[in-house]
Amino acid sequence: MKREKEMKRKRWQTTILLAVIIVVTYVSIAITEFNVLTGITAIPQAIGWMFSHLLITQESLAKLPSILEKLNETIFMSIAATTTAAAVSIFLGLMGSKTTRVSNVLSVLARFIASFSRNIPVVAWALILLLSFGQNSMTGYLALFVGTVGFLTRAFIESIDEVSGSAVEALTATGATYFQIVNKAVIPQSLPQMISWILFMIETNIRSATLVGILTGTGIGYIFDLYYKTMDYNTVALVTFTIVITVIAIEMASNYIRKVIL
Amino acid sequence: MSLLQVKRLGKSYDLETKVLKDISFDVEAGEFVSIIGPSGAGKSTLLRSINRMVEINEGHVIFDNNDVGSLKKKELRQLRTDIGMIFQHYNLVPRLSVIENVLHGRFGYKTTIQGILGRFTEDEKERAFYLLDKLGIGEHAYKRCDQLSGGQQQRVGIARALIQDPKLVLCDEPIASLDPNTSKIIMDHLQSIVSELNITCIVNLHQVEVAQTYSDRIIGLKAGEIVFDGPTPWLTDDRIHHIYGTETRELITG
Ligand SMILES: Nc1ncnc2c1ncn2[C@@H]1O[C@H](COP(=O)(O)OP(=O)(O)O)[C@@H](O)[C@H]1O
Ligand SMILES: [Mg+2]
Repeated sequence: MKREKEMKRKRWQTTILLAVIIVVTYVSIAITEFNVLTGITAIPQAIGWMFSHLLITQESLAKLPSILEKLNETIFMSIAATTTAAAVSIFLGLMGSKTTRVSNVLSVLARFIASFSRNIPVVAWALILLLSFGQNSMTGYLALFVGTVGFLTRAFIESIDEVSGSAVEALTATGATYFQIVNKAVIPQSLPQMISWILFMIETNIRSATLVGILTGTGIGYIFDLYYKTMDYNTVALVTFTIVITVIAIEMASNYIRKVIL
Repeated sequence: MSLLQVKRLGKSYDLETKVLKDISFDVEAGEFVSIIGPSGAGKSTLLRSINRMVEINEGHVIFDNNDVGSLKKKELRQLRTDIGMIFQHYNLVPRLSVIENVLHGRFGYKTTIQGILGRFTEDEKERAFYLLDKLGIGEHAYKRCDQLSGGQQQRVGIARALIQDPKLVLCDEPIASLDPNTSKIIMDHLQSIVSELNITCIVNLHQVEVAQTYSDRIIGLKAGEIVFDGPTPWLTDDRIHHIYGTETRELITG
C-alpha cells in the first residue's frame, strides 16, 4: 500500500519536472528569439566553413615560434596563479574545515571568501580587475588567482573533513599541538587529494587563461584575438591547434601524476 | 588518594537533553574498569569528559590531583600525555607507516618544532619497536597502516597509547569493529597492560560477557546515570536486565 503510494508520487514528480523543463526551454527560446531550427540547420554549414577556412598553411607555420612564446607565457601564468592560490587555499581550508578550524569567526570568514570568489565567473573577475589594473598580465594572473582560491578552498575543506577527523581526535588526545596535528596528520593524509585538485585547476586555468588573455591582451589569448581580428584564419587555426595540444598534454600529465600519488 | 575522581559530573550538548547526570565514582591506580550500557547511554561522552575531549558542564573530574575542567590549554596538553586513548575505528593516519603512527604518541612531550621535524630520540624509537614486537606486529613497522587488518591497526593504536607512558588508558569500544577471535587478542593485550605495566584501564564495552571476563569492576550506565557500580561478580542477570531493560523491550516490540 505504502509503496504503491510512494511510487505514484514519484511518477507524478517526474511528470511535473519534465513539464517544467519543457516550459522553461520554450520560454527561453521565445524570450531570446533563438530559432531552434535555424540553429540546428546552421551546424553543418558552420562545420563546412571551419574546414575550408581554418587550415594550417605553410605561411602560418612561420609564426609558430612567436605563438609558442605566448603560449608559454599563458601556461606559466596559469601554473603560477594556481600554485600561489593553492598556498592561500591551504590556509583558508584549514581555517574553514570543521576538524581543523581555530575559531568560528575565522571559519565563517574563510567560507565566505571562498564562496564569494568562486561564484563570480573568472571572465567577470577579469573585467572587474581590468578597471583597476588595466590591460596587462597582472590582471589575468589575479583573475585566475581569485577564482582558483575560491574553488580550491572549498575542495580542500572537503578533503580535510573527509579524511582526517578521526586522526585529529586521536592526536589531540595525546596532547599534540595544533601545528603538529596539521603537519603530521591532516596534511599527509589529505595531500594526494589536494594535489589532484591542484592539477585539475591547472588544466582548467590554462583553458580559461586563453579567454582571459583575449580580454587582458596578454598571452595566447592576445595572439588569437590579433589574428582573428585581422581575419588571418589560418593562423587562428594554428593557435587553436596548439592550445588543444597543450590542454591534452597537460591532462595526460596530470592523470599520470594522479595515478602515481593516489 | 585515588588516581581518578569523578564528582557530580553533568554534561549536555544542547539545552534540552542532559547526556550525563550527576555522575560520581573513583578509580584506583591499577584497576581495570568496564563501562557498559546501551548505545546512547553516554559512555563515549563520559570517557571524553575525563581527558576533556568534550567540555564539562557541571561537577569535577580530578585526575592525578588536577582539576581537569579548570586547566589552561598548556596544562591540559600536559595532562593528556598521561592519558592514552584507544578508539573503535583506531583513528590512525592511514597513509603513514605503522612506526610513524606509534611515534605520534610522543608529540605531547615535544615542542611544536620538534614534532614537525620528527625529532625523536633513539630511546623513543627503540621503545616504539619494542612495543610493536610485544604486540606481535613488529614485522609490519614500515608498512602503511591502511594495508593492515583491523586487529593489527588496533594494536598500532595500543602502541601509540602506550608510548605516551600513560597512567591511565581510556578505550572507547575498542573491539566493536572486530571479529571474536581478534577481539580476544585485543582484550588480552589490554589486560596485560593493567597486570604487567600497572596502567589503569577504563573500557567502554557493549558486550557484557567481555566486560565480565576481563574487568575487576563494572559501571553500568543508563540514560546518562550510573545504575550499577561494583565488583564484577556483583553484576547479576537481574542487574544486567535493569541496565539494558528498556532496550531489550524495544527490540522485542520494535
Ligand atoms: N557531539 C555531540 N553533539 C550532540 N549530541 C551528542 C554528541 N555526542 C553525543 N551526543 C548525544 O549524546 C548522547 C550520548 O551519546 P554517547 O556518549 O555517544 O553514548 P554511547 O557512547 O553510550 O553510545 C546521545 O544521545 C548522542 O546523540
Ligand atoms: Mg559510544
